[in-house]
Amino acid sequence: MIRWLMQPGVRAAVPISILLLLGFIGPLLMVTGYSFMPPRTFSLTGTPTLANFISIISDSYYISFLWSVGLAAITVLILLVICYPVSYGMAKMFGPWANLVTMIIAVPLLVSENIRLFGWVLFLLKNGIADGSLQYLFGIHLPSILYKVPAIILGLVYVYLPFMLFPLVIGLSMVPNAVKEAAFDLGASRFQVFREIEVPLAMPGILIGSLLVFVLALGSLAESKILGGQAVIMIADDIESAFTFAQNWPKGAMLSLLLISSSGCLIFFLFKRIDLDRIIGRR
Amino acid sequence: MQAGKTNFAKPLILVWTACIVIFLYTPMVSVVLASFSRKRYFSFPVENWDTRWYEKAFTSLSVRDLLFTSFSVAALVTICSVVLAFFGALAFARYDWKGRKLFQKIVLLPIFFPQAVLGLALLLWFSELGIITSWVTAVFAHMIWITPIVTLIVSIQVYSFDPALEEAAMDMGATRLQTLRDVTIPVLSPGLISGGVFAFLLSWGNFPLSLFTTGADQTVPEWLYAKMVSGYTPMVPTLGSLMMAGAAISLFVMYILYSLYKMRQKRRFAA
Repeated sequence: MIRWLMQPGVRAAVPISILLLLGFIGPLLMVTGYSFMPPRTFSLTGTPTLANFISIISDSYYISFLWSVGLAAITVLILLVICYPVSYGMAKMFGPWANLVTMIIAVPLLVSENIRLFGWVLFLLKNGIADGSLQYLFGIHLPSILYKVPAIILGLVYVYLPFMLFPLVIGLSMVPNAVKEAAFDLGASRFQVFREIEVPLAMPGILIGSLLVFVLALGSLAESKILGGQAVIMIADDIESAFTFAQNWPKGAMLSLLLISSSGCLIFFLFKRIDLDRIIGRR
Repeated sequence: MQAGKTNFAKPLILVWTACIVIFLYTPMVSVVLASFSRKRYFSFPVENWDTRWYEKAFTSLSVRDLLFTSFSVAALVTICSVVLAFFGALAFARYDWKGRKLFQKIVLLPIFFPQAVLGLALLLWFSELGIITSWVTAVFAHMIWITPIVTLIVSIQVYSFDPALEEAAMDMGATRLQTLRDVTIPVLSPGLISGGVFAFLLSWGNFPLSLFTTGADQTVPEWLYAKMVSGYTPMVPTLGSLMMAGAAISLFVMYILYSLYKMRQKRRFAA
């Protein structure tokens, strides 16, 4: 044990481990504890009970949960389709320009999500940029999608685009050109090469991107609030109101636990299948 | 035959990439356009261009407070997370030790975690421990999410770091501290600088964690959100544009630092 502790790697791991123990693992254990406390109590000393779980599954919470899952799944599908060609270009075609494209796509990530979503509100607003331009140029007026479900999907697709794109680039650059050329030489069609070679070899990237986007979209809050105008209540909304307006910490904790454990299973599955050293450290 | 197909695909992919880039920048352009509009309620095309909302923002004391809070949080988060991530990245990528694979996964977990839920969990945690939330607790909350990201960025640099450099320095009689100061940190500095800039900007723009952990203090993204929900004021796009300008300036500074570093390296190799 002492020998293990004296290794330089272990000592270097200590500071960040303490941080995560105090700020991540501790709070999560406490949330787990709270989720088994009697409803509407504010301490961890009550008798453990399943009351919150029962009230959640017998109530209408499954609706917001299903909405979250559905919206997250649609977001993943749309992003796979629209990001694939771009990441193919970045991995295989743009050469030295790929770095510049990476920069251009990464920069919006550094601007607050709020501001960017609000930009969409201004764009989609009645008499906003899209509507105003259409009226000015063509004199036509179309109904706006703002504060409806399509606007939420737009927001989710917009915010999580880089999280799909960059893993896809990594995945696609792991496909050796020689293998594809060999397949072409042997008479494979473009679609066959795509299905039999490109997709299977790029799978780690596709999996990371899809799961990352799915998990992040599942727990998203700002998109449905700012662009959706509460047209749909997502699960993170329910969690927030259980903690704040309803002042029912144990119920909020149980909802969080359900959300965390469902995304946790997905992440566990992901981490089992990929080798981080190979993907991050690849030169 | 294959070359012909690729030639046909390339322009299509280029056009599509351009569309995606336009898509990514559309809302930001919208915000900037709205910030220069004189009207109380935004409508397009803009009829009266004006900068009076900027004048208001610069003279307003509450805006100054907001910016100061956001800046203090981001600056502290940057310093602390870069220091932690430096050691974290060495453990992540440089040394081989038993338990490293597990460590890598635990470090990456907070990145995958829904931030709003993490913020609420931390709020519960602070109140259970009897800590009153303020901008200092927000620093802690931001660090939980940002330090793993910085660790990841520095790790990418560490993977390409040759441990033989450290060993050579030690063989020539350098102490551990000297090696760290004169070899390890300079070699890793591009990763540390870009990690620091990311840390600053991610904290500067963060909303879901701040929302639940700042207590009575308020950062700019929180203020913007409160105004967006309660009713439009032209100060929202104005402050939003200022936030974007801040991000652009930090990126520009990073770019300059990076070019200087490249130039110095070139000169060193030439000499």
